Amino acid sequence: MRNAWIICRKEMGSYFTSPVAYLLLTVFAVIVGYFFRGLLGFFVYEGMEMQMRGQQFPMNLNERVIRPVLTNVGVIGLFFIPMITMRLFAEEKRTGTIELLATSPIRDLEIILGKWLAALGLYCCLLLFTALNFAFLFRYGNPDWKPLAVGYLGLLLQAGAVLAIGTFISSLTKNQIIAGAATFGVSLLLWVLEWESGYETTTWSRVLSYMSIIAHFESFARGTVDFKDAVFYITVIFLGLFFTARSLESLRWRS
Amino acid sequence: MFRPRTVPVQIGIDSCVARCHKTTNMIQVKDLTKRYARTTAVNHISFEVTKGRIVGFLGPNGAGKTTTMRMLTCFLPPSSGTATVAGLDVVEQPLEVKRRIGYLPETPPIYPEMEAAEYLSFVGKLKGLAGVDLRRRIDYVCERCAIGDVRNKLLGKLSKGYRQRVGLAQAIIHNPDVLILDEPTAGLDPKQINETRDLIKGLAGDHTIVLSTHILPEVEQTCEQVIIINGGKLVATDSVSNLRARARGAESVLLEVAGRNGTLEAPIVQHKLEQVPGVSRVLCKEQVDSRVLFEVESQKGRLVRGDLARAVVECGWDLNELRPAAMSLEEIFLQLTGTEPATGTEGVAAVEAH
Repeated sequence: MRNAWIICRKEMGSYFTSPVAYLLLTVFAVIVGYFFRGLLGFFVYEGMEMQMRGQQFPMNLNERVIRPVLTNVGVIGLFFIPMITMRLFAEEKRTGTIELLATSPIRDLEIILGKWLAALGLYCCLLLFTALNFAFLFRYGNPDWKPLAVGYLGLLLQAGAVLAIGTFISSLTKNQIIAGAATFGVSLLLWVLEWESGYETTTWSRVLSYMSIIAHFESFARGTVDFKDAVFYITVIFLGLFFTARSLESLRWRS
Repeated sequence: MFRPRTVPVQIGIDSCVARCHKTTNMIQVKDLTKRYARTTAVNHISFEVTKGRIVGFLGPNGAGKTTTMRMLTCFLPPSSGTATVAGLDVVEQPLEVKRRIGYLPETPPIYPEMEAAEYLSFVGKLKGLAGVDLRRRIDYVCERCAIGDVRNKLLGKLSKGYRQRVGLAQAIIHNPDVLILDEPTAGLDPKQINETRDLIKGLAGDHTIVLSTHILPEVEQTCEQVIIINGGKLVATDSVSNLRARARGAESVLLEVAGRNGTLEAPIVQHKLEQVPGVSRVLCKEQVDSRVLFEVESQKGRLVRGDLARAVVECGWDLNELRPAAMSLEEIFLQLTGTEPATGTEGVAAVEAH
């Protein structure tokens, strides 16, 4: 696993020596910050209105702010993940550096794991910036930190799954744009599959909506760890990385 | 895994020693074949490379050089046949083989966003080096490949020559038994080409080197043994001196003759040249006023330049120019194989004439 760590550090290095990481961090922080501000503003407005009517208002920050913000972070993440994963293998294949990796005494699995971990690492950095927003809630309010932690765990699992899919797609092509666009399409589709259950009740549509990446986040956003949902994400991670390994192997046979 | 306790531990070492002694052949390739969907890139190639030698892999573009090298480096699996490096099979023990091989692909596999030293450290770690060893090897390869002055520069900003040298440094960082270099001088300027060749020659003592090229003089200058392939097939494998003798058996000379008084009858000169002993063919290539350019081919094993010069001068003509017509790789192929290059006209066009 030492080798996976070497690859991971190298990938992190190339994220942070190019403007990619900083651009993603900035844009993500701005967008999430805007969502946070909107939701918080709505919460405050609602609270004031209720007070003026003399009604008792349950001031639950976890329910009214943290949960919707986390759900939104998950969805916004879907838009950013293609930009994280698209270069992972496509770039190496285009510049020919994949030959260096493939002729070094390391296993394919270590390469894949290292790259995926680096992508996950960058996503963690993105999440760190969202945590800044919640820091204000803790400063001026009194939310419960446990559901928040569970929410972040859910976000990581969810991102891990989509990142694994993105890693796989990146290993299929030499072209970063193709890898990015395809990953974006797939993650968008995995999001909207959830809608299927809204108007259909057939088995087929239930299966489809079960495949939705976002639907499984619901329980984590509520602050509960649902074993079933965690297993779903972990399965997708395994499948994604497994297919990447097969794809790298086929590279040697086809090339 | 379960191992019976009665087996002495030394057996492993013994067999290793035995293996190392037995195989003075660092690389052994037998019936190696690589088929793609429609084409056969490498077709039943067999050769051996002795330890410590520099071997040139010669052939026109698309001959199967890169494919063969990729199979040796475990990048591509062979369709059939076997290849062993230091006695280890490339299919059975790829990790062990990779540990013993340093590989420089045609384009140096560098990451433009990395600094040279950072890159070498990354590759070194990949190859299993760490700590003091790693630092020492980085210092060593930087000095050896003369890249000390660009250690802290971004690879993306380096010139082609420097990139090539960083590529070489990366290949030797783990002190491999075998160095495989795919067209190490391609795209360099003449000065850089010479530097790279000297560098490769200097590395020969410590490593067994296989380098590919489509340039004949390069093989003559750097290599001790040549493997010529064309159209995926082995054409010849021989030492350089033998090959040179075979290829240069017949001499080809370009000769410009001018008449003293401004007139010169080309057919007369041609007739005179044909009568020089040892000449097999005289071609009139071009005629400008009273100057005529001939191409003269000798019979096999005959040197005719002196006789030609004497004949021209004795007849009262001026000898403006007399130089050997360089043998192109294509001609070598023709002579060695006695046939047209297997790839046909496209193959001929792809050959770089020298």
